[in-house]
Amino acid sequence: MAKAKRDDVAVTVLDKDGLGDFIKNLRKSGYQVFGPRRDSDAVIYDLIDGADDLPAGWGSEQKGGHYRLRRRDDGALFGYGLGPQGWKRQLYPPRQKLFAATRKEGGGFTLAPPAPPDPPMAFIGVRACELAAIARQAKVFGDRDFADPGYQRRLAEALIVAVQCGEALDTCFCASMGTGPEVKAGFDVKLTELIDESRHVFVAEAGTPRGAKLLKAAKPASPADIKAAAQVVKNAEIQQKHLDPAAARALAANPEHPRWDQVAARCLTCGNCTMVCPTCFCTTVEDVTDLKGDNAERWRKWDSCFTTDFSYIHGGAVRTEARSRYRQWITHKLSTWVDQFDETGCVGCGRCITWCPVGIDITEEAAAITGQGRN
Amino acid sequence: MSERKRPKLAVWKFSSCDGCQLTLLDCEDELLALTEEVRISYFLEATRKVEKGPYDVSLVEGSITTPHDIKAIREVRKQSKLLITIGACATAGGIQALRNFKNVKDFIRTVYAHPEYIDTLTTSTAISDHVPVDFELRGCPVNKYQMLEVLNAALNGRKPNIPRHSQCIECKESGTVCRMVAAGTACLGPVTQAGCGTLCPGKDRGCYGCFGPMETPNTAALAGQLLALGQTGRDVHRLFRTYNANADAFRKESDSHG
Ligand code: SF4
Ligand code: SF4
Ligand code: SF4
Ligand code: SF4
Ligand code: SF4
Repeated sequence: MAKAKRDDVAVTVLDKDGLGDFIKNLRKSGYQVFGPRRDSDAVIYDLIDGADDLPAGWGSEQKGGHYRLRRRDDGALFGYGLGPQGWKRQLYPPRQKLFAATRKEGGGFTLAPPAPPDPPMAFIGVRACELAAIARQAKVFGDRDFADPGYQRRLAEALIVAVQCGEALDTCFCASMGTGPEVKAGFDVKLTELIDESRHVFVAEAGTPRGAKLLKAAKPASPADIKAAAQVVKNAEIQQKHLDPAAARALAANPEHPRWDQVAARCLTCGNCTMVCPTCFCTTVEDVTDLKGDNAERWRKWDSCFTTDFSYIHGGAVRTEARSRYRQWITHKLSTWVDQFDETGCVGCGRCITWCPVGIDITEEAAAITGQGRN
Repeated sequence: MSERKRPKLAVWKFSSCDGCQLTLLDCEDELLALTEEVRISYFLEATRKVEKGPYDVSLVEGSITTPHDIKAIREVRKQSKLLITIGACATAGGIQALRNFKNVKDFIRTVYAHPEYIDTLTTSTAISDHVPVDFELRGCPVNKYQMLEVLNAALNGRKPNIPRHSQCIECKESGTVCRMVAAGTACLGPVTQAGCGTLCPGKDRGCYGCFGPMETPNTAALAGQLLALGQTGRDVHRLFRTYNANADAFRKESDSHG
C-alpha cells in the first residue's frame, strides 16, 4: 500500500463488468489477485481468476461458535460478511522458511540464497476492521526495533481494494473499537456496493495515485451515488455486540476474578481464537534437518498462547492452567497490547467469537471481568 | 554403503494391525536415505534377516494383550537404548482396548471354537503401562512425516518437533474451514493432538481422535458442545470409544456418557 495523496482522490462508479475489467487489469499487471470465493461451507479469501469467482448472492450467519452460508436475494458480491481467516494468511503466512543451510566440508555451513519473492498481491474486499488489523500488525512488524522485512515488503507491494460494509454481522463490534465500518485510510481503492431495483454498481474511490490510475477510465460518480454510498455504511453501524475498550484495560488488574475459572471450564484451549484473530502475531521457530544432518532449514510457524509449549521455559510451562492461558489471550488483546503499542490488539471483527468451537465471547468475558454489568 | 558404524534399528510388533510399520515402509523416497543412516537389525515386516541386540533404537508397534507380551516387551526394553512406541495401539492400547470395558471371557467363548487354547489378558494396554518409554508417537496410523522426524531427532540427538497441541491449530494452519462451526459436524479435534495432516476436516469430516488426547484436553466442555449440536449421549460415548478409547481423558469422558 503506497502512501495516499489526497489530491488524487477521484470518486467513480463501476458496474459489474467494470469491476470485472478492473480485476482483469490487476492480473494483467502481474498481481496475484486474492478475493472472496465460496468454498463449500464458507466464503474464504483465496486466489481468484476474475469477478465470476466472487460469491454473488452469498451471505453468512455468524454467532458464537456458529457460521452458516445463507443465500441472499440481492445478488450482492460483497454481502458475505467476514471470511474465516483474515488477510494475515497472505501477509504473514502460517509457515515461512527463514533460511536453508548446508554443512561445509571441514566445518561451518553455507546459507542457500533466499528464494526470489513471490509476485505482489492484490486484495479485493478488505473490510474496515481488516484494514485496522493490517495496520496493527504492520506496527508490530515494523515500527519498533525488530522490523520484519518480509512482512513490510509484502504489505508495501500489496494493492488493497477495500469494501465498505453494508450491514454488520451479529458478531461485529468495530463501532465500539473505532475501527469501522467506514473505511477511512489504508486503501488504494475503496468500493461501496449499491444495489437497488434499477442498478447494481460499485462506487469506487481512489486512496492513492496507484488506485487513481486504476480508475482512470471509470465514470465519475454523481453526488447522489456518493450520498447513497455514505448511507450504505451507516446501516453497518447498527451492531449487536459492544465492548468498552477503556474499561477493558482493567482486565490485567483483575488476575484473581472468579470469572477466570468459569471461562476456563468452558475453554478447550484449542487456540482457534488466536489463529483466526487478524492481529495475533505469535510464532514459533522450528529447525529441521535431513537424516544425515547435512542440510538444515529454519521455519517460522504460527503459534498460540493457548499451547503449553508457548510458555515453556527451563523446567516446564509457566501457564499450565486453562485460566492462565485464557487470561493471557484476553489481557493481551485488550489490556497489555495498549502498554506495548498504544492501541488495543482487538479491532472488533468478532472472528474469535464465531470460530471458537464453544462460542466464548470476548465482549461478554471482558464485560464480566471488568464489572460492566453485563454477563 | 559406507563402512562406518551405523546405529542399529529394530522394529517390534505386539497386538496391532501392522499399519504403523507399513507407514515406515511407505516412506519410499526416504527409506533409502534411512538405510544409509541406520542398520535395520530387526524388522520382520521388511526382512527375515535378524541381528541380535542390543539395539540403538527400537520402534514398538502394538499393545500388550497377553502374558507373553509382557515378558517380550521387558526383553525389548532391556535390549534397547531408545524405545519409541508408534501408533494408538502402542501408546493407548488401540481399538482392541474396547475389551477393557467388557468381559473378555464372553468374547473368547463367542469367537473361538476352542476357547481353552486362548491365553490372553483381560485388557489391552499401552507399552508405557509396562516399561519406561522414551518417546510416544501417536496416530492410527502414525503420520509418515512425524515418523521420519522422530527417527531423525533420535539419530541427531535432539528433541523431535512433534507438537502436543490441538488438531484445530493444524486446521487453521492449513486453511481448513472448521467443520464444527461451519457445518455443525461432531469433531474431536479440539481435544485431539494434531499430526495427521488434517485428513478428516480437510475432507469435510469431523476428527475421529486418531492421535489421542492433546496436551490439555477439556473433554467435558467439548462433550457439552457436541450435545448442544444435537448429538446424543450415546453418540458422544461412541465418539470417545475408538482407537484411543483407553487413553485416560477419552476413557473418562466416554464413561460419563454411558
Ligand atoms: S466488524 Fe465492522 S468492518 Fe468488520 S465486517 Fe463487521 S461491520 Fe464490517
Ligand atoms: S480479539 Fe477477536 S474480535 Fe478482536 S480482533 Fe481478534 S478476532 Fe477480532
Ligand atoms: S493473544 Fe496470544 S497469540 Fe495473540 S498475540 Fe497475544 S500472546 Fe500472541
Ligand atoms: S476461547 Fe474458544 S477458541 Fe479460544 S482456546 Fe478457548 S475454546 Fe478455543
Ligand atoms: S474442524 Fe474440528 S479440528 Fe478443525 S478447527 Fe474445527 S473443531 Fe478444530
